[in-house]
Amino acid sequence: MTKPMNAAVLVFPGSNCDVDCYKAVAETIHQPVHYVWHEATDLSAYDLIIVPGGFSYGDYLRSGAIARFSPVMEEVRKAAEAGKHVLGICNGFQILLESGLLPGAMRRNVSLKFRCSPASLRVERTDTAFTRDYAAGERISIPIAHGEGNYYCDDATLQSLEANRQIVFRYEGTNPNGSVSDIAGIVNTRGNVLGMMPHPERAIDALLGSADGKRMFTSLLHAWQGEAVLGKKG
Amino acid sequence: MKATVYVTVKQNVLDPQGKAVQGALHSLGFNEVGEVRIGKYMELTLDTNDRNAAEERVRTMCEKLLANTVIEDYRYELKGE
Repeated sequence: MTKPMNAAVLVFPGSNCDVDCYKAVAETIHQPVHYVWHEATDLSAYDLIIVPGGFSYGDYLRSGAIARFSPVMEEVRKAAEAGKHVLGICNGFQILLESGLLPGAMRRNVSLKFRCSPASLRVERTDTAFTRDYAAGERISIPIAHGEGNYYCDDATLQSLEANRQIVFRYEGTNPNGSVSDIAGIVNTRGNVLGMMPHPERAIDALLGSADGKRMFTSLLHAWQGEAVLGKKG
Repeated sequence: MKATVYVTVKQNVLDPQGKAVQGALHSLGFNEVGEVRIGKYMELTLDTNDRNAAEERVRTMCEKLLANTVIEDYRYELKGE
């Protein structure tokens, strides 16, 4: 019997997708999951850390700019260095960018509109812990809900993202925000920290319009179980 | 001492807000307007009289928090005693 995968859902003042993330873990992969307040100074008990969406600190100054200095973010950095899985969704992605755990920055959507709709994504990589249950090149539908999802990085960074195969999701068809190279989600070079603007936690049941997000959570569980079998996690 | 900090979107980075305001000005008949760039203006009061120290501290504040140097430039002025 594999030991359970302990998941943490971080909660900042202004997070509003924390409950959805919690339920996505509890109801799709049935693993223990806990809310962790942003002042926490120890994440060692957790195997998966989810940085949820919302408007941390009211998005004052820039999205994620203040949240990145919350005490818990130092622990997220340590967890990332230890090779644990870190998933940043929407505002969580913005926080990971501001903290430097992922390269690039977010700008206002080109339309200047808050976009809230299903988005068609292409899965560019299936050899990550986050996407192993998807098929290569698969088109999936995951909702977006953001005003600042216009991913930017300079040309040199884009080349290195391409060279290291760090682009995991691209918008298919219409790009809803104007992001560089249609980027919807990227991973770090090591492959254990992923940030994405679309919300997989809002697509875990056909009743919600799509169940395509469910496989992100099953992927993480299967990756965890695979590592456990190999003895990496005891 | 008072610091005024200006944060602007880098020249080579698209500024969607500036573009929208440019379009609005044009539609109001201000056709002489070329590019519009929108930035942030911040006033900080500093509890120090040491200009050199303040200079260094404000630069660090800009680098760490006030600007995201991936997409933004900053400049600042120090005034007063």
